[in-house]
Amino acid sequence: MDNQTVLTALREKFAGEILAVNEFRGDLSLTLTPQGYVAVARFLRDDPAFAYTFLENLCGVDYLGRTPRFEVVAHLTSMRHRHRVCLKVGCDEPEPTVPSLTPLFPTANYQEREAFDLLGIRFEGHPSLTRILLPDDWVGHPLRKDHPLGDEEVAFTFNQDRIYAHKPFVKE
Amino acid sequence: MGIEEKAGNLGIVTTTLETVVNWGRTNAMWPLLFGLACCAIEMMGAQASNYDLSRFGMELNRASPRQADLMIVAGRVSRKMAPVVRRLYDQMPEPKWVIAMGDCAACGGIFNNYAIVQGVDEVVPVDVYVAGCPPRPEALIDGIMMLHQKVMREKISGRKESPIRIDQPLVQVK
Amino acid sequence: MTESITVPTPQQIIEPAVAGRTETMVLNMGPHHPSTHGVLRLVLELDGEVVVNVAPDVGYLHTGIEKTMESKTYQKAVVLTDRMDYLAPLSNNLCYALAVEKLLDVEIPERAQIARVLLVELQRIASHLVWLGTHALDLAAMSVFLYAFREREQILDIFELVSGARMMTSYFRIGGLAYDLPSDFIPTVEQFLAIMPSRIDEYEDLLTTNPLWLERTVGVGVIDAQSAIALGLTGANLRATGVAYDVRKAMPYSGYETYSFEIPVGKNGDIYDRYRVRIAEMRQSVKIIQQATERLRELGPGPVVTPDRKVAPPPKREITESMEALIHHFKLWTEGFKPPRGDAYVSIESPRGILGCYVVSDGSPKPWRVHFRAPSFINLQSLAHMAKGRMVADLVALIASLDPVLGEVDR
Repeated sequence: MDNQTVLTALREKFAGEILAVNEFRGDLSLTLTPQGYVAVARFLRDDPAFAYTFLENLCGVDYLGRTPRFEVVAHLTSMRHRHRVCLKVGCDEPEPTVPSLTPLFPTANYQEREAFDLLGIRFEGHPSLTRILLPDDWVGHPLRKDHPLGDEEVAFTFNQDRIYAHKPFVKE
Repeated sequence: MGIEEKAGNLGIVTTTLETVVNWGRTNAMWPLLFGLACCAIEMMGAQASNYDLSRFGMELNRASPRQADLMIVAGRVSRKMAPVVRRLYDQMPEPKWVIAMGDCAACGGIFNNYAIVQGVDEVVPVDVYVAGCPPRPEALIDGIMMLHQKVMREKISGRKESPIRIDQPLVQVK
Repeated sequence: MTESITVPTPQQIIEPAVAGRTETMVLNMGPHHPSTHGVLRLVLELDGEVVVNVAPDVGYLHTGIEKTMESKTYQKAVVLTDRMDYLAPLSNNLCYALAVEKLLDVEIPERAQIARVLLVELQRIASHLVWLGTHALDLAAMSVFLYAFREREQILDIFELVSGARMMTSYFRIGGLAYDLPSDFIPTVEQFLAIMPSRIDEYEDLLTTNPLWLERTVGVGVIDAQSAIALGLTGANLRATGVAYDVRKAMPYSGYETYSFEIPVGKNGDIYDRYRVRIAEMRQSVKIIQQATERLRELGPGPVVTPDRKVAPPPKREITESMEALIHHFKLWTEGFKPPRGDAYVSIESPRGILGCYVVSDGSPKPWRVHFRAPSFINLQSLAHMAKGRMVADLVALIASLDPVLGEVDR
């Protein structure tokens, strides 16, 4: 099993859904449309010749300044063939939405919740899309590029009184 | 600590009582089992056989805050965890002390961002800060020794003493 | 098949109970608990003592590591990777370094590769020792904890010899190692290897045929191979169900294809099999370390960083001699190296499971996005599936056998 075999099979069946193909450092990554994303994942999982049954990684990336702004990246691994394929799907503001892979791969559950929590990407078809890493009442999505890091100024003697003003116990 | 505080300053009786009580407190201080992150592993290492904490009376870590008197905040305190830390501190009965172990508990450490409380002293009053990332078990033991000395200096009437500026090391190395 | 696997959330358990619609009891096994390995909160739905449903609530250790790494250069971000899976910091370093080296496409010298394999396997033994100690402690076998930490102190001494720090070493840098191995490294490792197999026998003596241990672990928390793959369970947990998948053999990295070792595989997928698999993994790690030590001895001294000066700094003595070396050093320290635009994903076999690192570069000295596929985070999803119908005490043993590290779960 190598990149060419997968690519030819997918080009046959899903030619209209593949937006871009990239082979970088030996890894194959395909940029797909949202419908193609689920269909290709299902095909790769169920087809006995491929058997990409293991969803290894699912995450979101914020490409600020590009349309579509967000991208969801999923790495599918075939344990039998020891091969990995990367599927990417883009989604754009104001309400970035992507179909969920959780009905196909239950392991995507937490990973999609994390992408929703930190980046604000909604996943259609996810059974329970709620915040997972941050407190439930947190406002904002920290991993977005326009969200500040939230770092605190380093305290030197000239500004320490101002910084310690809102820390009740520091001087004790 | 009723009758001793009410008795006030009775001279030699009070000072001997102080010494005895403080000695009792230092030699059997029970830590609250409160390891959060990497420093917890070093705390476990300090508890284990090589750097034994039992020789200082801290054989058992009490899981319930009602039975503990020392809270070693070992690890980074995230914003989601901060109310939990405060609640545990409030549930501990007096007298209680807090050691902020590690850089993250002392000042936020290398994580200067939205998710980490910049020093657990934003949430609870800290008695001793132990620096390191993570501090060696020997550094933790040094911090505990420093706390013991601080406790030995406590006065019987009213627990809180004013903070001291440490310009020279407390332990004189001869 | 996959439709029947659900991963509940705490709200799904709490809401019906608060509304008064259920007969079961909802209990909170809070973030501060002696038996949860770190700050893990579990919401249990109990029918008496039997667990009907369990939902993990994570995030109490969320550190924003991925966001912080975006504001540091690639080399500076190595320090942050240590603190994720804090029981195996060298594995995290290795995963990140491999991902960035794949982006950069640099070649790592042989001596650095062998040292990496050696230290990562030592780290695997150290991590499994903590797992063994805390697992046994949770099931009330306290002496194993003290024995395991005795050996771990020896391994931490080796790490301190090599890098100066016991735990958060940051020893694997992008391009090779941070410093060369000291001269007494090989004798110290050989001293450790001489005693380790007999110590593993000691642990096995205490636990493997112990009737109390067998009562608590055999047949508890069973998961079958298909559900395990669907839920993304990896590492020793997956191998205990019978699936012989180990990234070191499947997609080898750092020269693992040249070492001879076996992958221990279990049968039933219960806690006892996970225990046996991890003990066997410790023995295999000792074997790999022996081979690596021999190779290091044969290879002799050599470079430990890549010769590409645009990535790794030149040795200090060259700076006084050559102007180019000084400029390279200056550029690397002030600005950092700039990988080409693109993304790379590398996965390694950490003691917890498959640890993956996905790095996206936009051509600037700071990473655009770094994402870690944390095995403990994904392994926790299978907790509900394994714990249904068991008792609360079994749940404690289950969490210990899954071996989660909350720093990795929450990142």
